[in-house]
Amino acid sequence: MALLEMEDVRKSFGGLQALSACSLEVEEGSIAGLIGPNGSGKTTLFNIVTGYERIREGAVRFRGTAITNSTPERVFALGIGRTFQLTRIFTRLSVVENMLVATQRHEGWLRSVLRPAGSASEHRRAMELLDFVGIARLADAPAGTLSYGQRKLLDLACVLVADPSVILLDEPAGGINPTLIGLLAQRIRELNRQGKTFLIVEHNMEFVMSLCHRVTVMDFGKTIVSGPPDVVRSDRRVLDAYLGTEEADGDEAP
Amino acid sequence: MSERVVAAAEEGQVVELRRSGRRPRAVANGVRAAAILVALVVLAVFPLVFSNPAVTTIAFFTLVFMTSTTAWNGFAGYSGYIPLGHAVFFGTGAYTLAIVAQDLHMPGGYGVFWLVPLAGAAALVVAIPFGLIALRTRRHTFVVITIAIFFIFQLLSFNLGITQGSSGIQTPTPPWFGGAFNIPFYYVGAVILVLSIAVSWFIRRSRFGLQTLAIRDDEDRARGLGVQVGRVKLVGYVISAIPVGMVGALYAYFIGQIFPQSAFDPLFDITIALMAFLGGLGTVSGPLLGALVLEPLQQYFTVSDPSYYLIAYGALFLIVILALPRGVVPTVGAWIGNRRARRAAPSPAAAGEASGGAPGGTRYAATVRSGE
Repeated sequence: MALLEMEDVRKSFGGLQALSACSLEVEEGSIAGLIGPNGSGKTTLFNIVTGYERIREGAVRFRGTAITNSTPERVFALGIGRTFQLTRIFTRLSVVENMLVATQRHEGWLRSVLRPAGSASEHRRAMELLDFVGIARLADAPAGTLSYGQRKLLDLACVLVADPSVILLDEPAGGINPTLIGLLAQRIRELNRQGKTFLIVEHNMEFVMSLCHRVTVMDFGKTIVSGPPDVVRSDRRVLDAYLGTEEADGDEAP
Repeated sequence: MSERVVAAAEEGQVVELRRSGRRPRAVANGVRAAAILVALVVLAVFPLVFSNPAVTTIAFFTLVFMTSTTAWNGFAGYSGYIPLGHAVFFGTGAYTLAIVAQDLHMPGGYGVFWLVPLAGAAALVVAIPFGLIALRTRRHTFVVITIAIFFIFQLLSFNLGITQGSSGIQTPTPPWFGGAFNIPFYYVGAVILVLSIAVSWFIRRSRFGLQTLAIRDDEDRARGLGVQVGRVKLVGYVISAIPVGMVGALYAYFIGQIFPQSAFDPLFDITIALMAFLGGLGTVSGPLLGALVLEPLQQYFTVSDPSYYLIAYGALFLIVILALPRGVVPTVGAWIGNRRARRAAPSPAAAGEASGGAPGGTRYAATVRSGE
């Protein structure tokens, strides 16, 4: 049984069919990649899995249990964390405070009113993770002063602090410098060795192909190919999806 | 507060923070503790020193507004939601005291003050459905919904039998009068104020407060990190209603008679919002400062020439938004932070190099300050 399954998910916004017949399985302990041209529905699929969008057709399952149309809070409490394509952090909180927001995964609200923000052990854990992604020395800085790349790292650390079993990354390498991309890939591999499962949306092919065990390609709201990177790389349909078919080119050329 | 220096560094390490030892923080804490102690002493002896009833009356109204603004800011300033319907809780508190005192045929005296906590409880009960409805919306819609619900309550108080319509309700007459009339009201108000500040301060430091601040910055992201935003917002909203209900009751007892238009006053919310904005939304000391400046000013205008004060209020609102959009406390805090950072800069070369980091420094100081 796959850890995370999407089965025949369909979604339309008004007349626009964003997703049609989208199926995807993520095996426990794997790093799965999800690629496709812009607008093919990758982020929409993420939003559906994590409870930000609702669907009428299709099913999402986590460990075999349906989590279709759940809320973001509940999905997160189950152990599915995600980052956003345009990084979203709490700009007016300090970096370490950003981390502490996520540590209350299993806490009742009454306790949260009465307890001070962040116990010593939570602080230590937050600092460990900030160190892990390489921004520990910025812990007291307001998150709004971080650079784009640092925000991406903080975004990832925020998700990690609650110790989720699956992490969905939406374009983690987009817009950050090559050195940082290398660090990011290294960290993802390390976490994967510790047992974390990843589903990664990314346009950087080198990043995806070198990192992922299995890659799924989407085009026009459908999952068209799924397989190991080598197989997907040479698949005719994938090339068509990215470059357009020859007939289409022929039509446009003259 | 330890001095921190923000210096520009290489790409990928935009901001670096340096702390210059622990001592300044200890000193700052000592200064703060002393300031709090002085404030408490001033609060306690004020009506004994300035015993003129005209002065203590203004002091009492100032306490009422300091409490209301602090409570309001405890929700609005931290969550970023701007409710303009807190007069509902003020009115609910006022009517609770008036109706219960009347029905129980309570004689005027200290016993009536026991209805003040009851008024707080009534505000809590009203705030739950109010919050459940209004908090389904965000931003401008939320503001409009709170105003709409406020007018529903005002209409109800005009028309329901229990509130006795526009003829209002008389509250018991206290047996003490003369120069000392204001004193019991003043001290009950002072106790409620101190409790409200303590709650506001405590929330700011609790995990709940952190969640509320996270909602202010990015509500959807907070949900994605497991914050139960609906519950957090509702609890914050309800907590902010309780002190307002309590001072509403105190106000009713003090005035002696309440009417729908004075208990459910649309200007009430404009006033407390202006006080919070002037002092600094989201800070603990800002709203206190705002109320301390504006309420005596309003009382003065009302006495000297009532036709001017609304114009003065409107003008002040414009000035605050244009010149001090963050309020006095954060602006001054940022200014002090900048001066310190500049003085602490080790060399002119570093200071010059820090030009890229300087705006970050400004914001940093502002953020740290705004949390206090």
